[in-house]
Amino acid sequence: MSTDSSALPVLTAKDFASDQEIRWCPRCGDYSILAQMKKVLPKLGIPKENFVFVSGIGCSSRFPYYMDTYGFTGINGRDPALATGVKVRRPDLSVWVITGDGDALSIGGNHLMHAIRRNIDLKIILFNNQIYGLTKGQYSPTSPLGSRTKSTPMGSVDNPVTPLCVAIGSEATFVARAVDVDIKGLVETLERAAAHKGTAFVEVYQDCNVFNPGAFSYATDKKIKEDNLIYLEHGKPLIFGKDGEKGIRLNEMKPEIVELGKGISEDDLLFHDEKAEEPSLAFLLSRMRYPEFPEPVGVFRDVEKSVYDERVNAQVDEAVQNKGEGDLEALFNSGDTWTVK
Amino acid sequence: MAAIDAATAESPEQKPLEEVETVVVRFCGDSGDGMQLAGTQLTNVSAVFGNDVVTLPDFPAEIRAPAGTLSGVSGFQISFSSDDIYTPGDEVDTLVAMNPAALKANIADLKRGGTLTVNEDAFEKSNLQKAHYDHNPLESEDELAGYRLHKVPMTRLTRDAVEELGLSQKIADRCKNFFALGLVFWLYDRDPTPTKEWINAKFGKNPSIVQANLNALAAGSNYGYSTESFTVHYRVPPARLAPGKYRKITGNEATAFGLVTAAKLAGKKLFYAGYPITPASDILHELSKLKNFGVRTCQVEDEIAAMTAVVGAAYTGELAVTASSGPGICLKAEAMGLGVMTELPMVIVDVQRGGPSTGLPTKTEQSDLLLAMYGRNGDCPLPILAASGPGDCFQMAQEAFRLATEFMTPVILLTDGYIANGAEPWRIPAISELRPVDVVHPEGTNNGHESDFRPYARNEKLARPWAIPGTPGLQHRVGGLEKSDGTGNVDYSPENHEHMVKTRQAKVAGIANHIPEQTVEGPESGELLVLSWGGTYGSNRTAVRECLRAGKSVAHAHLRYLNPMPRNLGEVISRYKKVLIPELNTGQLRLLIRSYFLVDAVGYNKIKGKPFLVSELVSKIDEVLAS
Repeated sequence: MSTDSSALPVLTAKDFASDQEIRWCPRCGDYSILAQMKKVLPKLGIPKENFVFVSGIGCSSRFPYYMDTYGFTGINGRDPALATGVKVRRPDLSVWVITGDGDALSIGGNHLMHAIRRNIDLKIILFNNQIYGLTKGQYSPTSPLGSRTKSTPMGSVDNPVTPLCVAIGSEATFVARAVDVDIKGLVETLERAAAHKGTAFVEVYQDCNVFNPGAFSYATDKKIKEDNLIYLEHGKPLIFGKDGEKGIRLNEMKPEIVELGKGISEDDLLFHDEKAEEPSLAFLLSRMRYPEFPEPVGVFRDVEKSVYDERVNAQVDEAVQNKGEGDLEALFNSGDTWTVK
Repeated sequence: MAAIDAATAESPEQKPLEEVETVVVRFCGDSGDGMQLAGTQLTNVSAVFGNDVVTLPDFPAEIRAPAGTLSGVSGFQISFSSDDIYTPGDEVDTLVAMNPAALKANIADLKRGGTLTVNEDAFEKSNLQKAHYDHNPLESEDELAGYRLHKVPMTRLTRDAVEELGLSQKIADRCKNFFALGLVFWLYDRDPTPTKEWINAKFGKNPSIVQANLNALAAGSNYGYSTESFTVHYRVPPARLAPGKYRKITGNEATAFGLVTAAKLAGKKLFYAGYPITPASDILHELSKLKNFGVRTCQVEDEIAAMTAVVGAAYTGELAVTASSGPGICLKAEAMGLGVMTELPMVIVDVQRGGPSTGLPTKTEQSDLLLAMYGRNGDCPLPILAASGPGDCFQMAQEAFRLATEFMTPVILLTDGYIANGAEPWRIPAISELRPVDVVHPEGTNNGHESDFRPYARNEKLARPWAIPGTPGLQHRVGGLEKSDGTGNVDYSPENHEHMVKTRQAKVAGIANHIPEQTVEGPESGELLVLSWGGTYGSNRTAVRECLRAGKSVAHAHLRYLNPMPRNLGEVISRYKKVLIPELNTGQLRLLIRSYFLVDAVGYNKIKGKPFLVSELVSKIDEVLAS
């Protein structure tokens, strides 16, 4: 055993499992996300006590109870605000927000937008199952138009929102998408999110096998998923299909699907640039939706910008430097004073 | 410069200087006329001179309502005295009205025989129409006959006074509040030095503006002693305040100071999250100036985010606070419940204003008591404190954090628009007088292995340990779901829920053993007890004192602890035959007192967006005594 007290204990996935019984439905997509998270955290070199998981309300928001870290299950949709309070006070902590499509985009849409535009150093993982699971099956802000659910027996009349478009429109510095059962892709995406300084926004396609089964089968069915997903790689052309035979080309600012060969080479395709300062390309990719287009997965955008929690604390440091450490006596005696004898 | 020449030609001693004890002055004009500034400056010079002062700013919710209209009238009332005073005064001795609308809206408050100074230049046709006058009241024979009317061409005299500086007319006209102030300074023999210093500091970058304001101030004073219009002026000697060093403070300033002080005494850095709302925003402004105390202020996206961020910061071990007013407190309710459920310390300041809904944003009221008591889902008790005046906000803000951290609970501090914006002299405390705030966080295990940490174990006060993220071995989960006592695990079992509801209730109720007992001013028993709370202390105290001097059997008890109430309160109440509860609401404390103590308390309820007048309280006391 090491005598160096500063050496971090070697942690494993098991160390991050809490003693609580997991109460998600059998075969829920949440299990895979929980399992991959437990794999990723030990690799980050962060002491276990420095992780905080914050969530709102919904099936996904039970997540913190199943992690043996500090955790806070808050109230519906307010998790980014709660996490803001944690992170501003303790920028040294690794703070993760676990949320869902209803929590983040409906009741908490406002907080999500503002957390992202501030670029506070939170890792926001949005489990998108296009349904309200915990309240037993009402449509969500990401349910397709016409979704027949308990609250919309004749079909929903709401246009859905695309989570990544919201994130990019809110000036997100890190935006990614993963699929619950794509273990390798999910692990890589979570690792990339963890490595990003600033708000990292990750949408995970998550199957609710009870209330909305198969919503993402186009992205999970081995027989067809290669035709429906594009795995993004920085600096590489956008190629997809079982044999890499198809690609995405830009035609007057619009993406179009082309077949490689027949006079079209990789050089004619759109090349992914996750570091682009302008988010236009990332936004264009986020607008590509099944079935019209294959949907990109992986990291859409990863740029560095100054971080909110550091800016807040830097002002405090600056004030101390300029004015000196606050002194109550001086404060009380500031302004006009007089003495009564 | 005719006025100044005339002044130097005559000796100021020619006009008699009369000594008076207490004076009430009100400046009123358009909201763009700088009346709040003039009032604040008169407050400053009076306080620095050593008078006791109480102020009542009264401004419209509209920042700049159409100029000259009744809805745009802004006023600032100040009482200064050589005695100790607790109210801004029932009646105005000197009214300064800058236009017809201001005259119309305020003349009813001027005492008969009082001094009325108007800006004559503003009484022209269009302004008269905007004020809904069908005639010029200054030309009426009898309309203002009951007052000592001074028609002063302030606009013209101000323009003359700054003429040499070559300013635009618009800029020149902006100086006329200083002309009016200068005139009042002369009228009450005030030393203008603090105001001159303020002008230099405020406008220092623009020397011509400094000079213009100084000229206008001097011209106003000179007008007073050189014209025949004013035959006498007054002196208010310094007050006999308790010895010590003083400064002027408003309730919102005092709240900010108290919060920062509590954090400093606890060895913490204050965290404040808030959303701008009248009349609480000044707390955010004040705290934002104090970042060198380690204060982190976040102006967040909404009231809900503010409250929830405070819960998050509290979880990390911070002294966390938010402030708002009624509409914002409504939005915070769910997250306050989360604070109660997770048993974390935090402070919520509610600067009450007229409601319901948006209500009267700039007017005072005491109508959030029941909101504070019951405005959350479930049985959701939390301690409630109420400051009794501007200076008391300092102490109660600290007390809020003391109780929050000792008992691991959110605490609501109620203030109101009247004491938040009102100012009074504040005796600066020595650091040694301040009560320490002790905070303990459990230490973790060093080896990172799990301990048997129980996040919902309780001490003798029923408080749970405040374990904070980053502490090895104390990883635990909290949240809004019902907790199992001890472990803090989610637990829906019937027995546990009942136990937890009762435990949270008992914890808050037990605070009664750790707060001061209720005291009374006046006889220990008798005919009538006047029971007041919060920001109405001054008017109730003054009214009861007046009745006591008249030999009436009346006493005054003032509540600053609303939940729990002092443990001897029931016994105190039982010593009087009758109980009168004056409140600026429809009877919220009365409802509680009647239900707690089965006492047939009588209410005196005013819901006009204004504080009590002493005279109306005295009348009510007489009425109850006679009944």
